[in-house]
Amino acid sequence: MAIFLNKDSKVIVQGMTGATGMKHTKLMLADGTNIVGGVNPRKAGTSVDIDGTEIPVFGTVAEAIEKTGANVSVLFVPPAFAKAAVVEAIDAEIPLAVVITEGIAVHDSAAFYAYAVSQGNKTRIIGPNCPGLITPGQSNAGIIPGDITKPGRIGLVSKSGTLTYQMMYELRDIGFSSAVGIGGDPVIGTTHIDALAAFEADPDTDLIVMIGEIGGDAEERAADYIAKNVTKPVVGYVAGFTAPEGKTMGHAGAIVSGSSGTAAAKKEALEAAGVKVGKTPTETAKLAREILAG
Amino acid sequence: MDLFEYQARDLFAKHDVPVLAGEVIDTPEAARAATERLGGKSVVKAQVKVGGRGKAGGVKLAATPDEAVEHATNILGMDIKGHTVHKVMIAETAPEIVEEYYVSFLLDRANRTFLSIASVEGGMEIEEVAETRPEAVAKTPIDANEGVTEAKAREIVEAAKFPAEVADKVVNVLVKLWDTFIKEDALLVEVNPLAKVASGEVIALDGKVSLDENAEFRQPEHEALQDKDAANPLEAAAKEKNLNYVKLDGEVGIIGNGAGLVMSTLDVVAYAGEAHGGVKPANFLDIGGGASAAVMANGLEIILGDPDVKSVFVNVFGGITACDEVANGIVQALQLLADKGEEVTKPLVVRLDGNNAELGRKILSDANHPLVQRVDTMDGAADKAAELAAAK
Repeated sequence: MAIFLNKDSKVIVQGMTGATGMKHTKLMLADGTNIVGGVNPRKAGTSVDIDGTEIPVFGTVAEAIEKTGANVSVLFVPPAFAKAAVVEAIDAEIPLAVVITEGIAVHDSAAFYAYAVSQGNKTRIIGPNCPGLITPGQSNAGIIPGDITKPGRIGLVSKSGTLTYQMMYELRDIGFSSAVGIGGDPVIGTTHIDALAAFEADPDTDLIVMIGEIGGDAEERAADYIAKNVTKPVVGYVAGFTAPEGKTMGHAGAIVSGSSGTAAAKKEALEAAGVKVGKTPTETAKLAREILAG
Repeated sequence: MDLFEYQARDLFAKHDVPVLAGEVIDTPEAARAATERLGGKSVVKAQVKVGGRGKAGGVKLAATPDEAVEHATNILGMDIKGHTVHKVMIAETAPEIVEEYYVSFLLDRANRTFLSIASVEGGMEIEEVAETRPEAVAKTPIDANEGVTEAKAREIVEAAKFPAEVADKVVNVLVKLWDTFIKEDALLVEVNPLAKVASGEVIALDGKVSLDENAEFRQPEHEALQDKDAANPLEAAAKEKNLNYVKLDGEVGIIGNGAGLVMSTLDVVAYAGEAHGGVKPANFLDIGGGASAAVMANGLEIILGDPDVKSVFVNVFGGITACDEVANGIVQALQLLADKGEEVTKPLVVRLDGNNAELGRKILSDANHPLVQRVDTMDGAADKAAELAAAK
């Protein structure tokens, strides 16, 4: 089962032929991901040999879907071209677009998110500025190292890439159903709440680990969602207790976010929702172990 | 990037939002000529990126050029909530203000869209108004792809119950302000107060703008808006080397990969420090994903150059980053500093896990540098680094 991604996922890579795209396509293949094509209008009709596997290059996402039945796209497109690439994926109605690209202007991500909504939300966007997601032993769509851990029954959702890896490593002997890096940008396509809902519904997940960090109020809203909708145990970790006070954005920022946004406020909200919150990644892993041990 | 008021004023003027004349100066004497150019009187306004400057005495009316010099002398160098005033704006005196409004556009993270906030009760107490009487503050979602057309602006004006006689003028301000928001890739444009003056005109008297640094690739003019005065010398040196570095006030230098892991490292060091006389992290430094040995060496050079640093904690989980590269970077940086004749006396605690961790650990063991020690857990390494900083 797992969430959003499994062994039957057919994955294409937008921006595959660039240096980063090539490097990670190779790694994704090594993890068993079924990569069925790349997209690059200037190299349409050619193919790329990656460790003996011939990957065809298509001119558009729509063509790739038509020829291969692809249902996941992973994007390594540079920031200046990312908006057009995501819009193309939405127009082709691919069910899942994983945007790895870091440094996309907020006006661009707000525009492609609004576009996805206006087109009826047929495309789930994960990211941008995220490590993607992995269902260990089945498929890897992004840059999460595939060899940290094995398949298991913990679901993980995180804003931060390296904290995702750290937590997978801490709990590597137990293993994960899926781990989703949702990204830390101000506008992201898939939220903590979306992942929590999917893990709650996933019969292969027994416990959920949720990693947050300072900024915004996503963790507070996730806490509210957990209190009302999640029956599985959730363990949390929030980074940034000692980070310096962020930039205040004039009166308007204060009006919108109220007092939320600090790590302390997030921890408090999660604990009020019955989530056990660790002080360090290691302590968080220990809490997860204790719950699973009964 | 948050802008100063004068920079916001300039951007508003560029996009035809009505503003008063004003120029920025950094010496008291320059206030005289600037005030003369405005007809002999002016408002002297401290330029700081913090609210409450009026109450702190950072805004003064000058009836003559001499008075402007006097006010500028007092305000330049003033400390307002920890911000030193390096610049003042000499602004045209506002005509008689009849009413004060508030308007802004900003990113609404929670709803992943843009938002307009508007109120006919603008001025210094807007936050209090929002708190105590939220019905007096109109929030209108803006679709990122549709933007603020004249019709949308009229919807905002109606929602906020602007008086009929200023409606058309406020609609115009909103459309122009939205232009500023979009064309400058802003995260926030705020006008407070938006003043109705005796002549019936509506003018943006003060404003805040925050720009998206991710958009610099298509906003080449924004680089010039950076506040070079404010940058700490170590932060400036780090920026030149494209390192994501923030100076803090503790003693344990921190290097890690990935913003989340580095923030977590700061926390873990601060907790560990509680048992060692309250030592704290000295900085935030994220060497990013896939960092090479050269990037590691650059980072270490910055950290070791900080006189406040007493010990260093290098905390890397190799995802894309290869731990052998990190280890090589540490060895190279120490060699580089030795070659320059700079004696390194600060102990380094290194924790490497993940991609090529064994290889990286072996490189450190083989180098056998007397100041470098390996601890293989994050909490254990943080404790060791805090202990070493406290012992110094």
